[in-house]
Amino acid sequence: MAHHELTFPTDEAAVRALEAGDTVTIQGHIIGIRDATQIRIFDQGREPPMSLEGGALLHTAPNVRKLADGRYEPLSIGTTTSARMSRFTEPLIRDHGARAIMGKGGLLPEALGPLQEHGGVYLAIVGGAAALQTTQIVEIEQVEWEDLMPECLWRFRVCDFGPLIVAMDAHGRSLYEDVQAEARRRIDETLSAKI
Amino acid sequence: MGTATERTLRQAVEDAAAELYVWSLKDIPSDLRDALGAALERETHKVGRRILETIHTNVAVADEGNRLVCQDTGIAVYYARVGERFPLHPARIEEALREGTRRATLDHPLRSNTVHTLTRKPTGDNTGHRIPHVHWEFVPDWDGLDIKCVPKGSGSENMSFLKMLVPADGVKAVKRFVLDSIVGAGGKPCPPGIVGVGIGGSADLAMHLAKEAIARPVGTHNPDPDVARLERELCDLLNETGVGPMGLGGDTTVLSVHVEQAHTHITLNPVAVNYQCWAARRATAHVSAGGEVAMDRDA
Ligand code: SF4
Repeated sequence: MAHHELTFPTDEAAVRALEAGDTVTIQGHIIGIRDATQIRIFDQGREPPMSLEGGALLHTAPNVRKLADGRYEPLSIGTTTSARMSRFTEPLIRDHGARAIMGKGGLLPEALGPLQEHGGVYLAIVGGAAALQTTQIVEIEQVEWEDLMPECLWRFRVCDFGPLIVAMDAHGRSLYEDVQAEARRRIDETLSAKI
Repeated sequence: MGTATERTLRQAVEDAAAELYVWSLKDIPSDLRDALGAALERETHKVGRRILETIHTNVAVADEGNRLVCQDTGIAVYYARVGERFPLHPARIEEALREGTRRATLDHPLRSNTVHTLTRKPTGDNTGHRIPHVHWEFVPDWDGLDIKCVPKGSGSENMSFLKMLVPADGVKAVKRFVLDSIVGAGGKPCPPGIVGVGIGGSADLAMHLAKEAIARPVGTHNPDPDVARLERELCDLLNETGVGPMGLGGDTTVLSVHVEQAHTHITLNPVAVNYQCWAARRATAHVSAGGEVAMDRDA
């Protein structure tokens, strides 16, 4: 269980080096994305107006305030449940070169194949820890598709973003699956006898 | 509208609701802080510890910066205990709670989450048809009002489960259902939190009771000793599953299990589970018949 400091955007080799159970802190830039953003890219076939190449994508719907000069100030930026966006994993990594998907609760197990094949990881954030995460976002540098507010495409500059846990790695391993399998085994083997 | 007393009271309730909603989102109760602290002390799993430490840091950052603990402002759920002699009708109390919610949302501003269920059109102010929802309790021989605000996030509310079990399968089936539900929920409801369980009544009452259960302070027990025993047993069983903080493994899957029960039909055995995440936000105001308001973070 190693700790890694990564600067994003990054390359395939950097995420392939991560193992399930490792922790990660991110420097550089991350991209905010959510259901509506991905529906526009993949179901409506629109080219994203910002490059996702090498990117770390965060499942989020930020609460922001618009400043007089048109820029946005973060009020509370947290993370949403990822499972319902699982189907976008393959095209995000294969066609757009994204390297990390960040959210809470995990992607569905079928995302493990694409993560392994095309070189990507799922990093679990501490869900609900928005107060902390908001302070780790130094600046909202770019906002595209403002009509989808708050599900726009966001580019954040971050400092010490994390901790994140490598929950699904590029080697086919998912901590969620391991934990679920172990919990089911415990229920069947010991706990069901106690109830 | 109404007498001077009614107008004063209505305003007091509205102001209290507005304050409760924002306050509960920023400053979590002592019992919850203690339970999260105890969880960190107990936790032996490395990833689990890291997550619990981060939750602590997050709470401290929210305290220092007067920030929202979590970004999900949820759906404001209110629990109103109305004394039989409180001089404002519940219809007006409900109106004041709605107005307070709306005002807090627009003034702070808070993220609005409410949409029409079919068209998904947002209302923009965290109110809507039948929202916020108010749970009522009427108290004889009393002239006060207690309002508790419990903003409930969607990550945990989506992890709600109901099953109409067979009476012959008894409490064993209840326990199994709770275990399967919480293990199946995994990391989605931001564990470790409070598991609310409603047993008995009818389908609607069971879920209503589960929702009441999550609004109790962490570690309180049902006054019925048999039900309290079930709470402790379920808490131990759930923590033995190893699901852990954020569903990534560890000793702490839940902070507490609260069970509420009602009598039921001879051929019914309903069980409902309502999950409340670690950010189990909650704040109360006590309103006197004269309109004095005392805020209480820990009730
Ligand atoms: S489940 Fe709770 S802690 Fe997690 S994001 Fe939702 S409201 Fe916040």
